[in-house]
Amino acid sequence: MDRKLVKRRDQYRWLVERTGRMLVDGLIFASERLIDEMDDMVARQVSNVACLPGIVGYSYAMPDAHWGYGFCIGGVAAFDPDKGGIISAGGVGFDIACGVRTVHTGLKEKDFLPHRERIADALFRNIPAGVGSTGKISLSIPELDEVLVGGAVWAVEQGFGVPEDLRFIESGGRVAGADPSKVSDQAKKRQLEEMGTLGSGNHYLEIQKVAEIYDSKTAKAFGLEVGDIKISIHCGSRGLGHQIGTDYLKKMTLAAREAGIDLAERELACAPLRSEVGRSYLGAMRSGINCALANRQILMHLVREVFERELPGVAIRPLYDVSHNTCQEEEQEVAGRRCRLFVHRKGATRAWGLGHPDLPAEYRPVGQPVLIGGTMGTASYILVGTPQAESLSLSSSCHGAGRQISRTAATKQWHGKGIMENLHKRGILIRSRSMRGLAEEAPDAYKDVSEVVEVSDKAGLAAKVAKLVPLVCIKG
Amino acid sequence: MWEHFPHQADIGIRGIGNTVEEAFAEGAYALMAVMCSPQKVQPLVQVPITAQVEGLDLLFVEWLNQILCESDIRKMFFSRFEVKISGDTLTASAWGEPMDPQRHEAAVEVKAATYQMLKVYRDEQGRWIAQCVVDV
Repeated sequence: MDRKLVKRRDQYRWLVERTGRMLVDGLIFASERLIDEMDDMVARQVSNVACLPGIVGYSYAMPDAHWGYGFCIGGVAAFDPDKGGIISAGGVGFDIACGVRTVHTGLKEKDFLPHRERIADALFRNIPAGVGSTGKISLSIPELDEVLVGGAVWAVEQGFGVPEDLRFIESGGRVAGADPSKVSDQAKKRQLEEMGTLGSGNHYLEIQKVAEIYDSKTAKAFGLEVGDIKISIHCGSRGLGHQIGTDYLKKMTLAAREAGIDLAERELACAPLRSEVGRSYLGAMRSGINCALANRQILMHLVREVFERELPGVAIRPLYDVSHNTCQEEEQEVAGRRCRLFVHRKGATRAWGLGHPDLPAEYRPVGQPVLIGGTMGTASYILVGTPQAESLSLSSSCHGAGRQISRTAATKQWHGKGIMENLHKRGILIRSRSMRGLAEEAPDAYKDVSEVVEVSDKAGLAAKVAKLVPLVCIKG
Repeated sequence: MWEHFPHQADIGIRGIGNTVEEAFAEGAYALMAVMCSPQKVQPLVQVPITAQVEGLDLLFVEWLNQILCESDIRKMFFSRFEVKISGDTLTASAWGEPMDPQRHEAAVEVKAATYQMLKVYRDEQGRWIAQCVVDV
């Protein structure tokens, strides 16, 4: 990024100063290296979001920010309905409630390694993944409506898991206010066969080893020890979410025009929170969130079944589940005033600090687990929300590595088979149905996740707790 | 004629033709080439697709999103397209077959066609170009 576009505020904060139609300043969290690597478009998109009606505080970009659609990926912005605030489908993204669930296995590395190949093959056989894959459940539209209202609670009621699982999912596994009548039939038809599917692209299921602990007190509260085997699932709301995003982007283009909102980019399409389209999108988006929560619950249960068969006695239970593409109604303090805001996080993770009432009792003394996915060749991290993040970033942190090389360039530079062999030599087993998909997801096509995590930690957005390295990766 | 163009996180698709309809059909083929190898897909089953929206550029996005929706619901890949445009309305047929990830060399799902770098225009040589970035 051209340094002229920002003004340095301190070591990890860069201001995009209010000009023109901007209602607030923009604020980018980054190190010198990350700001230099960021595209100029990030600053432009941060400025564009700052022009939207009812924005409160700042228009933020997290350390992993990159050029997105309307909002940058890594963008965070809160809107006040009392000040004419808006909601934007582009501010949530096409994969509503895409997120990460990390689960405990109770296994240590030495217990797991002798069974690694067998478990990898069994997971690959039993976890539907890749383009066009269908799940083991086939639903009617009225049944799917129950999923959209019930989320992971619905999944548990159907036998995919146990009630105890729900305590360790953001919002208890189900968000209120979902309205399936605001979801199109096309969106629903796309999902009838897709519950319990992983998807493709950057989605994955990974068996990981805890490699390092940075904060032993919090690690203990989260149940993390060096050498532990954990599993992380990264996926979202599948075809249903994609179609809700597509449908409402179109509706909001008209709604914005009718509300007299001048958009710098078409994908900033939005509607006032207090309008018919705004309320409809909220009902539809929350349905999408519940779909994603149910999807990750079913996937975890499939993992549980595989382990019950392959390694009887192993207890699979969730550490936490958090979404990073959402708009949530939250109580936040802005400029000394507590208010209820609608916080968009697009490629950003909510990160509650200690004591937050939404956290399970076990985590309340330390804060919320913040799950940061890396690549199949590097590492993932678990961080913890900090109390100061509320005033720093509306309790938000980064979400992942972010790409640095395009998919077209990646397929020219790498081959799936070569990537698989190289990772195998390093002790990482890859199971994938698509060699081209693997090439596009080459670890070197992504930014250095460690730098992103380091900056989140140093800037106070979320504190490092543990580093996890991949042992097995199932890709679509 | 079609091509892909690079975009940091996703992929740009571009259809090129002597008519706008041809550019749209080529653009659809470029979309399928993100998801699979369309040259391996037999055009066995015909699926009607319609789209209506004001403006050629928005119509291109709408057309691609309708293809994505049909592909996902029917679990089909497509390899041949015929497009007719009259005013704001597009009437088309897509031909393809049920997805066979191995044979069709399935690569990645496309979440949506976006308005990013969206352009439908005639170049200096008089060719029609239809392009946008798709979210992967």
